[in-house]
Amino acid sequence: MSEERIEGQPKYAPGTHVRSKDIRERKITYTWWEPEAQYAFSLGPANSRFLKELKAGKIIGRTCRKCDRVIVPPRMFCDWCYDTTHEWVYLKDTGTVETFSISYLDPDAHLIEDPILVGVISIDGASPKHGFMHYFGEMKPEDLRIGMKVKAVWKPKEERVGSVTDIKYFKPLIGGDE
Amino acid sequence: MNRKVCIVGVGHTNFNSMTPDVSWKEFMYDACKKAYFDAGINPRKDVDSFITCAEDYWEGFGIFDEFVPDQIGATLRPCCTVCGDGIQGMANAYMQIMTGLMDTVAVEAHSKVSDLLTYGDVVLHAMDPLFEKPVSGPVERERYAGSPSYPDNNPKPLVGSTDEKERVHPYFLAGLEMQHYLRSAKVTEEQCASVAVKNKKNAFLNPYAINQADLSSEDVMSSEYLFNPLKRLDISPLVDGAICFVLAEESVAKKLGIEPIYLNGFGYSSETPWLSTRGMDAGYARQAVNMATKMAKLKDPKKALDVVEVDDRFSYKELQHIEALGLAGPGEAAQLLEEGELYKDGSLPTNLSGGSMGVGNCLEATGLQRSLEIITQLRGLAGKRQVTDAETGLAQSWRGIPSGTGAVAIFSRNPEVKT
Ligand SMILES: [Zn+2]
Repeated sequence: MSEERIEGQPKYAPGTHVRSKDIRERKITYTWWEPEAQYAFSLGPANSRFLKELKAGKIIGRTCRKCDRVIVPPRMFCDWCYDTTHEWVYLKDTGTVETFSISYLDPDAHLIEDPILVGVISIDGASPKHGFMHYFGEMKPEDLRIGMKVKAVWKPKEERVGSVTDIKYFKPLIGGDE
Repeated sequence: MNRKVCIVGVGHTNFNSMTPDVSWKEFMYDACKKAYFDAGINPRKDVDSFITCAEDYWEGFGIFDEFVPDQIGATLRPCCTVCGDGIQGMANAYMQIMTGLMDTVAVEAHSKVSDLLTYGDVVLHAMDPLFEKPVSGPVERERYAGSPSYPDNNPKPLVGSTDEKERVHPYFLAGLEMQHYLRSAKVTEEQCASVAVKNKKNAFLNPYAINQADLSSEDVMSSEYLFNPLKRLDISPLVDGAICFVLAEESVAKKLGIEPIYLNGFGYSSETPWLSTRGMDAGYARQAVNMATKMAKLKDPKKALDVVEVDDRFSYKELQHIEALGLAGPGEAAQLLEEGELYKDGSLPTNLSGGSMGVGNCLEATGLQRSLEIITQLRGLAGKRQVTDAETGLAQSWRGIPSGTGAVAIFSRNPEVKT
C-alpha cells in the first residue's frame, strides 16, 4: 500500500490510503468482471410518434378526455384514471420554466468553466406541469428564473434524427418571437 | 381473525417471441387492465397495494421499481417490487392481505426479453465472479470496468480465457444437471425428449401458447446437441408475456360477486449459490412443496391434486420437479409419463398449458403463467384442455439458470383443500 499521506487527510483519520496504483500492481485482492448487457427497447406507438414529430420539428401530445388532460411526452394510457388516452394534439414549442439547476461539475466531478443550465419546461398547450427536461441557452445563468417563458431552438432539419436532442436547447421567449 | 386470500382477477397479454409494436409499459398495462376488468374493479380506488416481480438485468434499468407505478395503476399508491418469480410476488401479496393492512393487492410479472440483446451474457453475469465465471470461458476485455482512463501498460485482469472461441453459453449448467439426473434417476434421453413432445402437443389446445408442434421423440433426439446431453428441442424458447393477478380477502370476493379461487398454500426456497456443492435434485422444490402443503393442510397431494403445472424450461426439469415435489418416487416420473398419467386424462395431468416448452420461457412471469393455467382450470374455463371437475391444483416454478430458487402455490375452489 502507498504510505504517503494524502493532502488534506485529517490527523484524526489515520490509515492506509488505497491508490489506483495499488490495484494495478495487484496489492489488493480482487476479481474483475464487466457485464455485457445490451438492450434495444421497443418504444411503442406513443414515444415513436413523439420522436417522429420531433424530427419534423414539432411537439405532439395525447389527450385524456376523462381527466381533461393534455399529456406530453404522449402516452397511450393515462396514469391518473388508468384509461387509454384519446387523441393526438400538436403543441407549441414554447413553455414555462418550472424549475432549473445550474450545474458546475461533470460526472467525474471536474469543474466546468461554462456551467450547464438544465431544467424542467412545461409545454404551452399541455396541462400545467406537463413537459420535459431540457437545456437552456442564449442566456446568462443569472437570468434564468422559475416562471420564465422559453422557446425551443431546433437543430437544422438535416441534423435531426428523432431524439429529444433534436431540440438544441430552450432560449428566452421575447415578445413577438413566437 | 380468519382471513382467507383468493384470486379475484387475472389478465395477460399474448405471448410472443417478440413484441416490437409495444413498449414494456404498454405491455404491462395491457395485462393489468385485463386483470382489473376481470375482477370488476378500478385500480385507482379498489387496489390497496401493488407488487411487480422484476429483475433489473432482465429489464435493462437500474432500480426498475421506480419505472413501474404508471402502467399498473399505482401512481402515488403503495407499490413495491419483488426481485423474484411471480409466485414469490403472490406470496408477498398473501402476507400483505393476512396482516389486515391490505384487502386487495395486485401482482404483476412479465418478460420483455426481446428487448434484451445479450441474454446469454446476462445469465453468465449471474454466476459467481471468482469460481464460475472464469471457467465459463468469458472473453477477457481490454480494460478495467468503468475505467477506460487506466494507462496502457496496466496488467490485464486475470479472469477467464483470452480466446473468444472458448466462450460458453451458460446453459451448459443445465447440461451438467441433466447428466447428473439421467444417472441418478436412471432415466434415458428419450424419456426426457417425451416431455418436450407432450408439452408442445398440449400447446395446440392452449390459445395463448405459440410454440406448439407435433413432434416425435425421434425429432427431439435428432435435434443437435447444444450442451450434451441437452439438445436443441429439450430447451424452451424465450418469449415476451405479461400477467397480472388481483388477490383479495374472501369478503372482497363476496362483495364483488366473484366465485373465488383460493390460494390455500405457498412455499419458496433457495439453494446455496455454490454450484459445485449444491444438490442437483431440485431441493428448492422439495422445500417449497413441504411449506406449501403444510400451510394448505394437504396430507396426500398425489391424491388431492387434479391438475399440476411444473417448471419445464428444460425437458428433464419436468421429470426432476415432479419427483422433487413428491408426486412420483425417485426416477419414477418418466414411467408416469410413459403410462400416460401426465396427460389430460391421466392421474396427474401435468403442464396442460404447454408449459415453458409450449408457451415459452417468460422469465419471472413463469410462476404466474403456471398459476394462470391452474386458475383457468379451476374456473372451468380451459376449453378443450379442461380437466373434468378440477377442484385443486398446484403450480411450481423455478427461476431458471443459474438460480437455485423455486416456488410452489396450491389453489383450490374451496376455502379448505378437499383431501
Ligand atoms: Zn385520465
